[in-house]
Amino acid sequence: MSTLVIIVVVGVFTGIAIAIVSKFFGVESNPLEDQVKELLPGANCGGCGYAGCSGYAKALAEGKAAPGACAAQKPEDLKKTAALLGASVEQKVPKVAVVFCSGDDTNATRQAQYNGINNCRDAMFVAAGAKTCTYGCLGLGACARVCPFGAIEITDKHLAVVHKELCRGCGKCVQACPKKLIRLVPRSAEIHVHCSNPMKGAVKLRGCKAACIGCGKCVRTAPDNMRINNGTALAEVNYGNPPAEELAQVCPTHALRK
Amino acid sequence: MIKIFHFYGGVHPQEAKISRGVSIVDAPLYPLYTVPLAMHIGAPARSLVKVGDTVLRGQQIGEPASFVSSAIHSPTSGKVKALDVCLSPQGTQLPCVVIESDGEDTPAEPLPPIPDWRDADPDILRKRVAEAGIVGMGGASFPTPVKLSIPPGKSIDTLIINGVECEPCLTADHRLMLESPKMILEGVELVARILGVKNVFIGIENNKPDAIQVLDKEAAAYTDPVIHVLPLHVRYPQGAEKQLIYAITKRQVPSGGLPADVHCVVQNIGSIYAIAEAVIHGKPLYERVTTVTGTPLVSTGNWRFRVGTSYAEAIKLAGGLKEGASIAKLISGGPMMGMTVYSQSIPVMKNTSGILLMAPEEVHQYTSKACLRCGRCNDVCPMQLMPGILSVQIENERFDDAQNWHVMDCIECGCCAYTCPAGRPLVQHMRRAKSEVGAKLRAAKAAK
Amino acid sequence: MSEEVKNTAAAAPAPMPAKPASSAEPALIVSSSPHFHTKSTVDSIMRWVVIALLPACLAAIYFFGLEALRVLAICSIACPAFEYLSAKAMRKSNELHDGSALVTGLLLGMNLPSTTPWWICLIGSFIAIVVGKMIYGGLGCNPFNPALVGRVALLLAFPVVMTTWPMPRIPASLKADSALTEVVPASSATPQATASAVMPATTATPLKFSKGSRTHGSARNLLSDCTPAHQKAPLTYMQMFLGIGKSGSLGETSGLALLLGVILLICLNIVRWHIPVCYLGTVAIITGIAWICSPDSYANPLFHLLSGGLLLGAFFMATDMVTTPLSRTGAIVFGVGCGILTACIRLWGSYPEGASFSILIMNAFTPLIDRYTAGRPFGMPKKKGIKMTA
Repeated sequence: MSTLVIIVVVGVFTGIAIAIVSKFFGVESNPLEDQVKELLPGANCGGCGYAGCSGYAKALAEGKAAPGACAAQKPEDLKKTAALLGASVEQKVPKVAVVFCSGDDTNATRQAQYNGINNCRDAMFVAAGAKTCTYGCLGLGACARVCPFGAIEITDKHLAVVHKELCRGCGKCVQACPKKLIRLVPRSAEIHVHCSNPMKGAVKLRGCKAACIGCGKCVRTAPDNMRINNGTALAEVNYGNPPAEELAQVCPTHALRK
Repeated sequence: MIKIFHFYGGVHPQEAKISRGVSIVDAPLYPLYTVPLAMHIGAPARSLVKVGDTVLRGQQIGEPASFVSSAIHSPTSGKVKALDVCLSPQGTQLPCVVIESDGEDTPAEPLPPIPDWRDADPDILRKRVAEAGIVGMGGASFPTPVKLSIPPGKSIDTLIINGVECEPCLTADHRLMLESPKMILEGVELVARILGVKNVFIGIENNKPDAIQVLDKEAAAYTDPVIHVLPLHVRYPQGAEKQLIYAITKRQVPSGGLPADVHCVVQNIGSIYAIAEAVIHGKPLYERVTTVTGTPLVSTGNWRFRVGTSYAEAIKLAGGLKEGASIAKLISGGPMMGMTVYSQSIPVMKNTSGILLMAPEEVHQYTSKACLRCGRCNDVCPMQLMPGILSVQIENERFDDAQNWHVMDCIECGCCAYTCPAGRPLVQHMRRAKSEVGAKLRAAKAAK
Repeated sequence: MSEEVKNTAAAAPAPMPAKPASSAEPALIVSSSPHFHTKSTVDSIMRWVVIALLPACLAAIYFFGLEALRVLAICSIACPAFEYLSAKAMRKSNELHDGSALVTGLLLGMNLPSTTPWWICLIGSFIAIVVGKMIYGGLGCNPFNPALVGRVALLLAFPVVMTTWPMPRIPASLKADSALTEVVPASSATPQATASAVMPATTATPLKFSKGSRTHGSARNLLSDCTPAHQKAPLTYMQMFLGIGKSGSLGETSGLALLLGVILLICLNIVRWHIPVCYLGTVAIITGIAWICSPDSYANPLFHLLSGGLLLGAFFMATDMVTTPLSRTGAIVFGVGCGILTACIRLWGSYPEGASFSILIMNAFTPLIDRYTAGRPFGMPKKKGIKMTA
């Protein structure tokens, strides 16, 4: 019993001592740094090239970095940061990540039971994921795991979907996807061509019901907003002038969708 | 007393070589052959035919697209039905030529045989090996002509023939050695002449005493080069290139190096046989001996399949499945390093040494339990790495640490995962790390 | 924090429902090579460890009666129970079937005297499983041997209970006349009778005599010093090896039973022989040197080997897979380190026994030993080992 009392007493005294010491000898932090840090997203994604948000905030406060290096920062916060630092920034086009694939379990079936590590990047080494479309999303969540904002959901049908309202466009998922299905695109576009398979249309359709077969219907309907990519023969949205949402209706395979 | 050669580590899984007593039989002619244009490491071959073309057996249908590439030949006579894609055991899609057989099996004009090969210039022989589209038939399918051209600045003094066949279940090389010892020894002499090597060793695992005896008897006649048949300890992965060289010559291939760095060249029995056929009979490589085995099958055996035969036909040839049996895994290659495939439409390729079927009750389920740190992986790793520590680093995506702990030296033999009591997918971890570290190294090299 | 989240996500088993292209044929399994696997699993390893511990358990029950069974039973039920509860609380998958909690429970029980009250057994089990294992992430992630963590915590918290040992039962032939009336013959003993006969008489372990409390002043008479009061002839080394008349914790009695267990484990390649051999060898050498220098003040090496928890520690605690180095070289370093520490604590420390502390200290060195004993990979030039990274 006395042991217990002694331990508690020692613990309490040490705690008080630490509190006193930190009060009197604490390192003064730069108030500007704190203010700048408040305006950063706090996800510590490292996309700016500094050691987390506090590292970038320190560099900003010391004038060693320019505002705008953070892809995930909200535009209004960026404006405030610039005002605080007395610097001017050009407004960037806000971006959002999109998974360019529609190959969920109904469209591109999984042909085997996968027994292995629960990560797309590892699953690539086992029959390349064993989906009917070899370019399709594996749905094991390598992207979701790296997302600092929790913006990527793996649906019940094993397809990664980015929630636009949560995504800040930091681009970490772009690197994480082993099939290179995720790209950053301007936030203003409403619909995208959700397919990344560059093979011939007939081959694609064997693998996935929702593939873009490059039929060109969307391009004929809205030639200013859509085009056919020369390399991959896939239709793609002209992100400089994105089409209206209604255009999605013309797509026969529903690869062009929200 | 014969000295038995061995290496560090390794495991001894059940051998399960149930087809070892079954002679090689030629597979029948099938109506359709799907011939991939990439049956080798390196660039896929360029197709030489168009849809609707008539081809003959042995006619070249693909030409090497680069230095590390290989020629492809038609397995039978018929019509090119399509230029399509087909699935590879790795799960990727390969360009392929679909040939519809006309049932005649008309041979094309063979490559001119070289009867006086003993006096022929090595370059002519090397060119013939390239024309015949020969690749390493042990599994890695590295183009043989590249392997037979000695890199500048290197010298070769030892030729090692890999008749180890340490993979459980597989018996194709064993049967080939038993049934065609003369052809194999001629091939050995031929390769020795191409390389200008006086020392030849044929390494055979101790569990094939009949093959050792047969080859030993035949090899006695050879004096230039002298051919030694060496019995080896039965231990997987005895047949891995680096381990085999070490077991026989006690030379260690340096990390990241090639056998040529220790003056050795290793050739597989199947490749040797194909080389002999190509030079002596002028026959290009369009068929190979493959073991079809597994407990769910009615019968097992070794068949000489033409390239492009689908696995489904091979399984049918083995009598199909037993009454009430089902397959849980279909494996291209042996059980230790083979790849699981999920479709029976995959064609037999130049490196398909076996087709293995596993029943559900035989299948080991990998788990992601934590490493128990028992250290067994450490004891069996033939490269003397620490797979346990590596796998934990890789699980946490610490690839730089893994690189420092020499993950790039891993040969993916699977001894660690075989022996892991926690059932961790260690080989998958290693592959991931090797690919991530490799990408990093390539990027660094490109930046320079 | 974020890394932690990532790790748990990566550790979750892959749920991959397969939808075969045609429902007629069942989907094949795809996995990484190899497709053959040894029969040995975590479950089977733990089963063998339990089997290897049985002779020592039976010996404990023989020497200390049903009280010993009570302690062992409480610990080996409480440990799995705590593991189950903490796995529930942590929302982790339940790995009870691997039997590691049972092993921890048995080992903890072996480290307690048979007189330990039930609630101390429960506290020990809680500390061993929850503090010693589960908070690190369960089996395989704990840096310290859980049973030893439990034991040392109890030793520090309840020193009196943990160092009060009951008199063990001794065969009738060895009994002194005065003791004959006190102990009920084994055949007719009811549990209560045995308990009452064994319980009240407490004694010190032989080790305690090696330090300080000697009646004859010289270490030469240690054996007669630690002979139990109810035994007529002095203790012999053979008796100590068999565990007769030697008091101590449950697992500290019969060296023979422990030896049988560890030989089984070595034969099954569950335990590396390097650790026990190097451990005991080092203790023997150091105490031997001390003994040769001054036989009056130091006990002889045989006495050291056979007394206290050294054999239990060397055979079952220091050989725990999770907390010891991976390689054989590492195992040798680990064994020697344990031996040096144990010998030093026994000869010069303030505690009579040092096995548990030294094993725990060496557990902390395991990652370092692993790093420095990593072998030179095949084909690596000499002197180019593992680069140090921060």
